[in-house]
Amino acid sequence: MARTNRPVSRRQAWWLLAGALAAFLPLTQQIPLWLALAAGAAFAWRAALTWRQWHLPPKWLLVLLVIAGTAGVFMQYRSIIGRTPGIALLVVFLALKLLELRAARDAIVTALLCYFLVLGQFLFTQTIPTALLSCITVLITTATMLAASDDRPAPLLQLRRAALMLAQAMPFMLLLFVLFPRVQGPLWGLPQDRYTATSGISETMSPGSIAQLSQSDAIAFRVEFKGKVPPQSQLYWRGPVMPAFDGRTWSIRQTLAAYPEVPYPVSGPAIEYELTLEPNGKFWLFALEMPGNLPPDSALTSDYQPLSRQIVRNRMRYTQRAFPETNAGINESRAMLRDALILPSGGNPRARALGAEWRNRHGEDGAAILATAQDFFNRQLLIYTLNPPLLGPDLIDEFLFDTKRGFCEHFAAAFVYALRAAGVPARVVAGYQGGEVNPVDGYLEVRQYDAHAWTEAWIAGRGWVRIDPTAISAPSRITTNLAAAVPSGEALPFLARTDLTWIRDLRYRLDAVTNGWNQWVLGYNPQKQRDFLAGLGLGEPDWRSMTAALAVLCGVVLLGLTAWVLRNRRRVDPAYAAWRRFTGRVAARGVVWQHWEGPQAFAERAAAGIPAHAAAIREIAGLYARLRYAPLPDEADLERLRGRIAGFRP
Amino acid sequence: MFATLRHRLHESFVRWAVPVRAPEASPIILTQRRVYVLPTLAGLSYGTALIVILLGAMNYNLSLGHALVFLLAGLGVVTILHTFRNMALIAISPGRCDPVFAGGVAQFALVLENQRADARTSLRVFIGDGDPVEIDIGAQASTIALLPLHAPRRGWMRVPRITIETTWPLGLVRAWSYVVPDLNCLVYPAPAAKAPPMPWSGDTSRGSSREGRGADDFSGMRDHQPADSPRHVAWKAVARQHDGPLLTKLFSGAAAQQVWLEWNELPEAMDTEQRLSLLARWMLDADAAGHAWGLRIPGLRLAPDNGATQLTTGLRALALYQHGTH
Repeated sequence: MARTNRPVSRRQAWWLLAGALAAFLPLTQQIPLWLALAAGAAFAWRAALTWRQWHLPPKWLLVLLVIAGTAGVFMQYRSIIGRTPGIALLVVFLALKLLELRAARDAIVTALLCYFLVLGQFLFTQTIPTALLSCITVLITTATMLAASDDRPAPLLQLRRAALMLAQAMPFMLLLFVLFPRVQGPLWGLPQDRYTATSGISETMSPGSIAQLSQSDAIAFRVEFKGKVPPQSQLYWRGPVMPAFDGRTWSIRQTLAAYPEVPYPVSGPAIEYELTLEPNGKFWLFALEMPGNLPPDSALTSDYQPLSRQIVRNRMRYTQRAFPETNAGINESRAMLRDALILPSGGNPRARALGAEWRNRHGEDGAAILATAQDFFNRQLLIYTLNPPLLGPDLIDEFLFDTKRGFCEHFAAAFVYALRAAGVPARVVAGYQGGEVNPVDGYLEVRQYDAHAWTEAWIAGRGWVRIDPTAISAPSRITTNLAAAVPSGEALPFLARTDLTWIRDLRYRLDAVTNGWNQWVLGYNPQKQRDFLAGLGLGEPDWRSMTAALAVLCGVVLLGLTAWVLRNRRRVDPAYAAWRRFTGRVAARGVVWQHWEGPQAFAERAAAGIPAHAAAIREIAGLYARLRYAPLPDEADLERLRGRIAGFRP
Repeated sequence: MFATLRHRLHESFVRWAVPVRAPEASPIILTQRRVYVLPTLAGLSYGTALIVILLGAMNYNLSLGHALVFLLAGLGVVTILHTFRNMALIAISPGRCDPVFAGGVAQFALVLENQRADARTSLRVFIGDGDPVEIDIGAQASTIALLPLHAPRRGWMRVPRITIETTWPLGLVRAWSYVVPDLNCLVYPAPAAKAPPMPWSGDTSRGSSREGRGADDFSGMRDHQPADSPRHVAWKAVARQHDGPLLTKLFSGAAAQQVWLEWNELPEAMDTEQRLSLLARWMLDADAAGHAWGLRIPGLRLAPDNGATQLTTGLRALALYQHGTH
């Protein structure tokens, strides 16, 4: 059996400390400060123990420290289960395990803890730099395992051997990564802490909430269109629909899935695309208006907001078809229409009066009221700005008639308010508008600063009609982008600016690499795996065919590696090989060479047995003896020997 | 209970793995078929850890977690190959084994030859359940492993099954092989602890040839030893050198001080082993004292002589008495 009770040498202790540090350092951001400091102290203690060759701390002290650490983690998170507390506990264990390195067994446990911490890091971030950093950690940890088994080689040699072994493991990793049948997680309920807050559109919209998003250039989602990228003015990415208004804030009302299938008849040409949604911590999906199909495990609310069955906490990818010319909700229910008319009692007298006047002028003719409203917004000369002035209680009135400066949420709110005052059902729709094609990989990137709010009005016979009041006053916001629409000099996120082209170019490239990483490495989920393998020609890729392909390919790699690893088994000396050919021919004539027999002695015996060839035999034996025993063998003798033997036909 | 079961399973595996009773012809090459590989306890923990990491990666949909676990799984496979390679195709030949006295520890020398162009590291060699000897073999070099084994009885002791194992490089898997080389150790009878005085019989001249050379053919001097007869002390030399050590005069001629060690003259009550022990003791004493001695045991007569060869021959005869000649 393997001896696991050998004591840990000093060198091994240093290695283990290095491995633990490599696993611990990337995590310092994610664990509480006190724990990072305590772990640092434990590492320093370990270093001192090794340096000064002090005695290990007594067992009872370690037990106390484990209890203290666990209690500390519990106090911090009110739990010891889950992602962050779990990682914190692993850090506690790793730090204390280093203080009780007694036998080789402890070294193995420490190395395994380091591997676990690498996984723990991936819970927080999976970017390319993280991956590279983890490679270093795995390399050092593997070298530590090597040192735990044989601590004599120099550190650089250990690292080199570890790198070699990991390189040999790479083919298996690639095959397993591509072919190992993937399972869509989670396998069990995830602890609460997995739902971390992410920035993005929220359930409510009040003045300033979307303007705030315009300062972020984080990606909301990426889109790959099957055909041509549609014009900017068509790119309305539908998100939460907000029919409820309390005088200041618009909010969603429908949070439940109402339609498992698209409830309206689609019409017009289709736009096909694949959308890769970044996690948003909500159930929300985004889709180009109007979606003609629903992604798996999703549904529409009664106001046509696409919802996922599970919270979008991982990057998600779905294919969609959009039908921009669809008229949805022609037969909308009375309740829905009633909801779309509710205004808070009181407030905004001027807007109410405006609506009432339109109502008087056009009566029940919603389309005419809509046209009047658009005309009114046009004539008001409203200014689109990221820095609107603060508004008082009658914010619709103030925006429409006094300040006349606002961001898209002001426009949408005022427009819906006025329509409702005129008796036309209307609602606010939040989402994203536009996006920018990355010239490097052709993906349309939709960022947080593309967040937008627009409106829908219900017109008899046409259903819900999209009107974007922002487009009336600032058409360049819709046709071009945010930077073109806001007055120059206003603070824009870096990427939204149109100057500094080389930096943008660089950023595009980085984004394209990140997107490739997201699509192919991080987003390699069961769906992607099936698509990819089907594309490779593996018909009907299910777990059986994947496992079979995996087994075959891994076998091939294993054979290749085995051949490489077991190469140069025994190099037969060429002179000896030639000599054996010769003795084989002589043996055919009845004189068998014995292993202990010298060439000259054998030659005499053979010459006596085959006198006809005595001269040739003596010459060959002489050559062989020279090659074997001469102080400076002549290379040419080998060729001569081979030639003689080739011509030797007894 | 578990331990006995494990032991029994191991024994039956060994019987299957080493079917040969007779020693194997050398050199014994550890071909692929004779090298066995199984995970160690550390390897099993490693595997368990990988499964846990995989479950975590699946649960949290961590693509890099999958990559990590697959890389480590690949590492696990690769380490099997490396461990296997560390063992495969070692050529093993028996070395020498110096004779020991029964009750002592025999040191079996085993020559392990590495014909490959890179070194083999951290091999453990042990006999039966004995303590392992850790060795490395350099590139295209050979190393001698000295394996200690307690020698309880006189006669030829054949080396039992030898295990060679390695867990290098990662300690996750263990490759091992069994060899039964043709390696024997001659075990002399243990010299009796308490021995009666040497049988100086009156007829020291019996059967020996003393013609032409007198007992007092002076041949030199050496330091006096307590067993030396006072008649041979060089008193004149002592008188010349004040405070000098006592010196013994040496006389050439086989019969100078010669003793016959006779089986038949030992007391009837002694059994074979006791007789052999006593004879061995006398032989050693006689040799240490520089006396010539002869041996007569049933089936063998050794003419009186002294020196290492005589001692070796005599002890060997005692060791193999009624034991066959191997």
